[in-house]
Amino acid sequence: MDWSFPTEAEEFRIEVKAFIAEHLTEDVINSTHEGTIHNWDFHKKIAERGWLGGAVPSELGGGGKSALEMAVMIEELQLAGAPIDGMGVAIVVASVVLELGNDHLKETIVPKLLSGETLVSFGYTEPDSGSDVAAAQTRAVKDGDEWVINGQKMWTTMAHIADYVLLLTRTNTEVPKHKGLTFFIVPLDTAGIEIQPVHTMGTERSNATFYDDVRIGDEWRIGEIDGGWEIMKAALKYERGIAGGQFPSPPLVDAFIEHAQAVERPDGSVIIDDPVVRERLVRAMIDVEVCRGFAYNTAFLASEGVMFGVEGSMTKLFASESYKKHSKWFIEMAGTEGLLFLGEEGAPVGGVIDEHFRHAPVTTIYGGTSEINRNLIAEGLLGLPRTR
Amino acid sequence: MYLRLNSDELAIKDIFRSFFESECSVERVRSSQHVGFDSGAWERLIETGAPGMCLPEQIGGGGAPLTTGAIVADLVGEYVAPLPFIEHLVASRLLASLAPDHDLIPSLISGEKIISLALQPANKNLAKLVPAGAVADAIIACKGNDLVLTTGKDHASHLRNTADLPLANCLISDGETIASGDATLNGFNRARSEWQALMAVALTGLGRKAVDIGVSYAKERYQFGVLIGSFQGLQHGFASAITDVEGSHFLSNRAISSLEDNKGLGDRLSGMAFLFASEAALNASSTSLQYHGGYGFAEEYDIQLYYRRAKGWPLQLGDPGVEYQRLADLCLPSGKVA
Repeated sequence: MDWSFPTEAEEFRIEVKAFIAEHLTEDVINSTHEGTIHNWDFHKKIAERGWLGGAVPSELGGGGKSALEMAVMIEELQLAGAPIDGMGVAIVVASVVLELGNDHLKETIVPKLLSGETLVSFGYTEPDSGSDVAAAQTRAVKDGDEWVINGQKMWTTMAHIADYVLLLTRTNTEVPKHKGLTFFIVPLDTAGIEIQPVHTMGTERSNATFYDDVRIGDEWRIGEIDGGWEIMKAALKYERGIAGGQFPSPPLVDAFIEHAQAVERPDGSVIIDDPVVRERLVRAMIDVEVCRGFAYNTAFLASEGVMFGVEGSMTKLFASESYKKHSKWFIEMAGTEGLLFLGEEGAPVGGVIDEHFRHAPVTTIYGGTSEINRNLIAEGLLGLPRTR
Repeated sequence: MYLRLNSDELAIKDIFRSFFESECSVERVRSSQHVGFDSGAWERLIETGAPGMCLPEQIGGGGAPLTTGAIVADLVGEYVAPLPFIEHLVASRLLASLAPDHDLIPSLISGEKIISLALQPANKNLAKLVPAGAVADAIIACKGNDLVLTTGKDHASHLRNTADLPLANCLISDGETIASGDATLNGFNRARSEWQALMAVALTGLGRKAVDIGVSYAKERYQFGVLIGSFQGLQHGFASAITDVEGSHFLSNRAISSLEDNKGLGDRLSGMAFLFASEAALNASSTSLQYHGGYGFAEEYDIQLYYRRAKGWPLQLGDPGVEYQRLADLCLPSGKVA
């Protein structure tokens, strides 16, 4: 095995680190504590470097950053705790549109996505379909040259700052559920769309979006009628290697170490000198190294052009489950002060430990729950029978 | 970056898989469990050149990197082989690095003589619970500021144990000092890291096979009229177990690579890989054992062999809690920062 990155990827790592040092300011980090997990200024700075376009595969007209260079960028941004959800969305949607979209979508959406001016919210999940995403019931019905859409989407995160929603609809009820789906990219200012906030236990805000006789032209359709599952597969394909989530713990570990070095317990001992604290920190650091192995493996597979599946499931499962465990350990070891909100007097490291504890549970849910990932691993890697 | 075995390595793995398949079948493992060593298999291992494969070419060794040793270690784990391959490799490299002209070296390279390493410092003249101590012709032990080489099997007394290991207490009173001072510590730490990283690889092979044994059973065993492998409760336990084993695979191989490249992370990553692999292997074998139901507890079923070794192999280094503290001192600051 050769674990070394090629020279250009290591040089790019240095460039990304310098970019982070310059642009990931305290203001940027603080802005993500206010509910919206996106910072436009930071996002546009990434776009200005050409890194959004660079991540789009070169055969689609992108800038030809290699899979390993992308992996380095995603790793460094996550280690620093940068807001990158918008980046992932921009790269994935631009890639899908360039591969499978019509000229109208390519011209209208892709340039604005890659220049960091616009965002697309993912509209897959519904009140009655989460993991079973192909059971979507939001209806799209052809009416002359137009489509009329009625339904509701849940967890359309960032819809309140996005211009479009990538909308999964049902266009055929007479066929098996995967075969009656059609995707649209719908401008969110279209009449009949209502966006309502969904506040979460973490500090981040999501949305529910409602579609009431929304009328759009056929130029907003992406992919074939009833061919929506192909779009879903393409989106998943481009998410591989781009989507973050491999390194949720390092910002928490760093914050806790800072706290543990600075604070004395009531008996006068320093937290960092407690052997129990030290063992747990080492355990967390080991878990992070395991995540690194998984992340580098998926990057390697992507660089080989392998369409990996189960490797991504293991990466996501391990990273999110260990992060949730770490968030529990570190809030405990911060003592009662660990409970304090951001900005409260005496809150450890400004209150991020509480924030991590409340954020961590969503990471084992979104983007494929731990249970779905275990199903996929049991079926795909161990050859056990499908149970759903 | 290339995170699979290359074609040369695959060929090496194929050759050694044939070896383990014929010489370390589960029947052979069971028949040697009173002492945890199969001398016939070791004789055949000598023919493959494995005992000296990772020693320098200048002194007659195979000149192979540790990554090649790791290929064999992985199979040692998969077959729970009763062979002191890892101990011999590590201890002979230590001796070769400190005393390349030592008389013992040629017979260690050939495998005619077996050498091992006391992983914990000797107490006066007794090295306690030395891995492979019961079958080694020579052992190296850390005694105060000296590294001491003791030869001859009559110094060792075998002790029965959880994992059928050839553990023995070894008298080192008439040993010869081969290094003192800083060289002792550096040499011993390096050997210890190599043992940890290779053990992590072996535990990964063990864990993967343990899951395989359990999954195979779950594909044959019916309860309530269906295969138990169709129950999601079992599927999720297996999925979590194999995920940790795969994580251990990447971490332990990265540790081996970092020992090779000498960029300074080898010590830390070897310790991390060792601790993680220990837990992953035990979890894998205990999960599989549980899903066998009562049969898992029966001596007749193979999973118990894996469960016992998953605990016994790593515990030869001592309480893992101590190792966590050692790593903490390597990786973490201490004391108050204003």
